[in-house]
Amino acid sequence: MAKSSWRHLTAPLIDDNPVTLQILGICSALAVTTSMATALTMGLALMAVLAGASTAISLIRNHLPSSIRLVVQITIIAALVIVADQVLRAFAYEMSQRLSVFVGLIVTNCIVLGRAEAFAMRNPVVPSLMDALGNGLGYSLVLMLVALIREPLGSGSLFGWPVLPLVETGGWFQPMGFMLLAPSAFFIIGGLIWVIRTLRPEQVEPFEGLSSASAHGGTP
Amino acid sequence: MTDLFLRAVFQENLALTFFLGMCTFLAVSKRVDTALGLGVAMIVVQAITVPVNHLIFQGLLIDGAWAWAGLPEVDLSFLKLISFIGVIAAIVQILEMTLDRFVPVLHRSLGIFLPLITVNCAILGGSLFMVERRYTLPESMVYGVGTGVGWALAIVAFAAIRERLRYADVPDGLRGLGMAFVVTGLLSMAFAAFVGVRLS
Repeated sequence: MAKSSWRHLTAPLIDDNPVTLQILGICSALAVTTSMATALTMGLALMAVLAGASTAISLIRNHLPSSIRLVVQITIIAALVIVADQVLRAFAYEMSQRLSVFVGLIVTNCIVLGRAEAFAMRNPVVPSLMDALGNGLGYSLVLMLVALIREPLGSGSLFGWPVLPLVETGGWFQPMGFMLLAPSAFFIIGGLIWVIRTLRPEQVEPFEGLSSASAHGGTP
Repeated sequence: MTDLFLRAVFQENLALTFFLGMCTFLAVSKRVDTALGLGVAMIVVQAITVPVNHLIFQGLLIDGAWAWAGLPEVDLSFLKLISFIGVIAAIVQILEMTLDRFVPVLHRSLGIFLPLITVNCAILGGSLFMVERRYTLPESMVYGVGTGVGWALAIVAFAAIRERLRYADVPDGLRGLGMAFVVTGLLSMAFAAFVGVRLS
């Protein structure tokens, strides 16, 4: 039991990462990775919502008629996101302005609904919570890694602290404006997937050839 | 208005600069014809939901919207997330039933995409941006159509490249998802080249 919950927690970090393998939750993720602070806040917000939603849905899973389960799940998630949004506004107003609409978009983040539907509906509370935390951590990990590349190269700082002395202030580092634009995030994620799949060859997608054009494995 | 439209289509393309709707974007872009179907469904839904959400937000949720009922201090704007999701789901459902009843041909080709759109971040994102930027009703109509067209354009272009990519010999680890991200990045750079284009 203890071992399997540990497995639920650690598997989504690299082996079964929600972003790089299951293509879930990329929607609102990448826009917040221009700085470490926003990436960390977004990761924490998502983890809190995911843990709450998975626990709640797992608790009521036996009383939930399957015809209305999606509506109930969405309502629970939306309520939790509203709470997260209001907490951020109350205690970190500046941060909530920088995150703009992206905290609200956790509602439609595929990870939350995906885990609720695929895991929490079928499993007891503790494994569901572990699975939620693991997926939240895996998501945050990817966000932080991307931000770790984008923030120093794009603006020469880390968590807002200058680490590379900028030319403007007499240093030697000329910031790369490209790193702050959208395309860089796509390239970094693409590269990250390449690295992970080189280390874990079992994740490599089979060669499709010219005949098959079947839909992708990931849940949209 | 033309500026707003162009900005919504190119410079502030929801898929390529704000990463919205990425899950669907990556999952349903293996063939051009399905991508086109999804794109058209997206334009229709976005053109309806953004103005409707605008009316609902201005009429029911904004600070002071209940002043006429003697409740001037009521501010329901925190409910916008949950009501937008409800509105989107309801509109998609109504659209599906209307198409099924009156235009069965269109329903057969678009029908499977409509449920997908309910959980698409780009639809909700469009409505949230509309609130954040305080668009007026005509502006939100233009913005709705513009973001829909931009998203459709992006996914069709992406699917066209991806169809060609099937003939390419991509390194093992990069095949599939990794390459999809790199191509999206290139596409995003191409769209960024439209920054500053003005017609007026």
